[in-house]
Amino acid sequence: MNPFSMPEKASNHASDIDALFFFITDVAVGLFLLITIVSITFLWLYRRKGKAFFTSPISHNNRLEITWTIIPTILVFVVFFWGFRSYLDMQVVETDAMEIKVTGKKWFWAFDYPNGVNSVNELVVPEGKPLKFLISSEDVLHSFYIPAFRTKMDAVPNRYTVIGTRPTKQGTFDIFCAEYCGKSHSEMIGKIRVVSTTEYNKWLEESESGGNVSPVEFGAKLYVSKACATCHSVDGSANTGPTWKGIYGKKHKMADGKEVIVDENYLRESMLEPNAKVVAGYQPVMPTYQGILKEKQIDALIAYIKSLK
Amino acid sequence: MTTTQALGKVASELQEERNYLNYPKGIWSWLTTVDHKRIGLMYLFSVLLFFFAGGVFALLLRFELIAPGKDIVGPDTYNQLFTLHGAIMVFLFIIPAIPAALGNFILPIMLGAKDVAFPRLNLLSFYVYVFGASFCLYSLVTGGVDTGWTFYTPYSVETNTNVISMTLGVFILGFSSIFTGMNFIVTIHRLRAPGMTWFNMPLFLWGIYATSLIQILATPVLAITLVLLILERVWGIGIFDPAMGGDPVLYQHFFWFYSHPAVYIMILPGMAIISELIATFSHKKIFGYVPIAFSSVAIALVSFIVWGHHMFTSGQSDLASMIFSFLTFLVGIPSGIKVFNWIATMYKGSLTFQAPMLYTHAFLALFTIGGLTGIYLGTLSVDVHLHDTYFVVAHFHYVMMGGTVMAFLGGLHYWWPKMFGKMYNETWATVSAALIFIGFNVTFFPQFIMGAQGMPRRYYTYIDQYQSMHALSTYGTWILGVGFLIMAGYLTVSLINGKKATKNPWLGLTLEWTTASPPPTENFLGNPRQLWGPYDYDKVLMDENGLVIFNPNAPKDDRHAKDENGSATSHKRDGKTTTMKQTV
Repeated sequence: MNPFSMPEKASNHASDIDALFFFITDVAVGLFLLITIVSITFLWLYRRKGKAFFTSPISHNNRLEITWTIIPTILVFVVFFWGFRSYLDMQVVETDAMEIKVTGKKWFWAFDYPNGVNSVNELVVPEGKPLKFLISSEDVLHSFYIPAFRTKMDAVPNRYTVIGTRPTKQGTFDIFCAEYCGKSHSEMIGKIRVVSTTEYNKWLEESESGGNVSPVEFGAKLYVSKACATCHSVDGSANTGPTWKGIYGKKHKMADGKEVIVDENYLRESMLEPNAKVVAGYQPVMPTYQGILKEKQIDALIAYIKSLK
Repeated sequence: MTTTQALGKVASELQEERNYLNYPKGIWSWLTTVDHKRIGLMYLFSVLLFFFAGGVFALLLRFELIAPGKDIVGPDTYNQLFTLHGAIMVFLFIIPAIPAALGNFILPIMLGAKDVAFPRLNLLSFYVYVFGASFCLYSLVTGGVDTGWTFYTPYSVETNTNVISMTLGVFILGFSSIFTGMNFIVTIHRLRAPGMTWFNMPLFLWGIYATSLIQILATPVLAITLVLLILERVWGIGIFDPAMGGDPVLYQHFFWFYSHPAVYIMILPGMAIISELIATFSHKKIFGYVPIAFSSVAIALVSFIVWGHHMFTSGQSDLASMIFSFLTFLVGIPSGIKVFNWIATMYKGSLTFQAPMLYTHAFLALFTIGGLTGIYLGTLSVDVHLHDTYFVVAHFHYVMMGGTVMAFLGGLHYWWPKMFGKMYNETWATVSAALIFIGFNVTFFPQFIMGAQGMPRRYYTYIDQYQSMHALSTYGTWILGVGFLIMAGYLTVSLINGKKATKNPWLGLTLEWTTASPPPTENFLGNPRQLWGPYDYDKVLMDENGLVIFNPNAPKDDRHAKDENGSATSHKRDGKTTTMKQTV
């Protein structure tokens, strides 16, 4: 990490914001140096030598005071207008933008593409295509933040917020949640992959069906890409949710005292209606995957869980 | 020895026997006291206790962040640590620290009054503070709170931690703050000593006056907000609940309508202290008295209409964001004017560098950085990138800790001899101030870099690229910790066997330096009059024992003198001054 730079620039707004950032830095460093040099000069020149005495009666100087009021005022007005203009640019959604629905849930990001495909924590977009992110939340506040795009917008329940942007560079960049949302706030991290249009179309096809891999392998991929990994371990270690290791076929004690055998139907219900049966000792915090997981994906996840002995 | 000096000596010996600290005696006389000085000390003791607690939380949470993943605590504990650190530092330490602790002690003495206008209300405010604090402590020991000090809905409604007792505590603390503010406003209006006109008041009082205005006008909004939050949690009234037609963003508007002005409740008293310290330790008339005084009031008023700059990414309208951004820049300018005035005050002064002056310069450097980084955050498009990152964390720590806490420490050292009649060890104070200054910068400067790189705040763990900056930041807290430990050490030692303090160890001219250290219960023997301006270092010299020499060459009133002449003739005056001093 170079301490004197900004993150990679991967969107159409990034350059303008960086230019303004560095303009403010130049002004700020200049002012700070000026203040410091004058201070240090005074400290040296007017240090007391000997005993205290009567000092100069200077109490004000109108010309000087007007100068140091007006110059900073002009500087901040320049910064204000520049910042406002580039902010307005960011609010504009281009007319042929592709709309992607972004939903924040504790603790992952879900993305819905126009043709019905969806993904979790992995946002794949074609380079150069204007985008409109329609952002919302299913529980508490989240904030959709892509540092490389210099963009951020809160995800508010029962309301849509919008980001208009255009990716300008291929590569993989971080997506953070920037609004505190509880226990795993810091693990609500996704990736945005900016790819060529051909690659994007190929990805759309594969994410639907899993391509040509076995159900267990597809399930293992989904375990990561659908953010199951945020709360469920596969090595037996404790986390927000029960571990998946050896879970299949076991008896689970529920919060209401009943016992349930972990079979296919129970696993399916736990994905689609997670709070119908809650395992004793855990909080009912899992969001529903209804609409996120396709039939084939549910099957693949069940196959994967069965394989974890 | 002249007769006057001899009489002075006898009088001061008499005073030594009885002062506010040793008379009346007994713990009960402290608990039921209506003496503003004793109430000030009880506040001081309490806020220092909470400063210590908040500091320990800070050390723990920074230690957790030294590397990604779990180091000492899990995510739930971490979330509680940063919440408690913030809530304790804001509501229990920094808001009452300067007005209620130092202000209570010094404000009436500076005014030449015997006490505040409503001494019993003052004692009540202290007990309300203790009552509110005990709710916060109850919340702390019964599972803590994990919402962040901002209590944002809907998270604060859903979480099963102890939000109600914490918000109830903060609600009660608000009344303590309102009582103090009311008391100070009335005191400043009604109890100024003869000769002390509004524009002859020490600037500390202007700062506290402006602060009190905000305390009275803004705190009720916080109280209403917290009551609504409690009702939402208990009965689900739905005002912040989107499922019932409420709006979680409304909570943010309510909260920041108080909490942005509250930022100025925290910083204005710090600026007020700096105006005193820079004049005393430059031994020089303050530069631009009127602009400094009025900029405090201007900041207080404009502070009420900038709250939306906390919400540029909340989805509020673009027009609202534009207006709030504009007003935010406007409120920055009076702060800049103050900094320029303080620096200009040193011009042709006679500077000394005891601990209060060191903290003044720490304040000037750090507050300037804090203020300048505020420009980034007030700028709409740049804030979209920086909002809710470590850049913001660094910015407000530079303002709140680099600004207010440095001023508080400066004020604490400045009035320490007056409070306890004892001097602290200047060498250790210098060492400690240096460590605190270095430690502070090592802790918080890397956070600007991380923030610009996109590191979000309130993260328990983080991706590897931020590790070097996080580690550096954690090392900084250790330096800070050592600095504060040394301070605790030499201040305690000074109480036990510190050198006896004189009346006026810093050669100041404000009224508190004309009475004994520590002062008698009634503050002054007889009724004080203000005979000179608080910063008339060109006309008056008061020595360590309170003996006064007037400059025979000083013009009668230079307030209306032409600037151009002022600087031209001062050389001559200085020359004559020296001659005169030799004859004394």
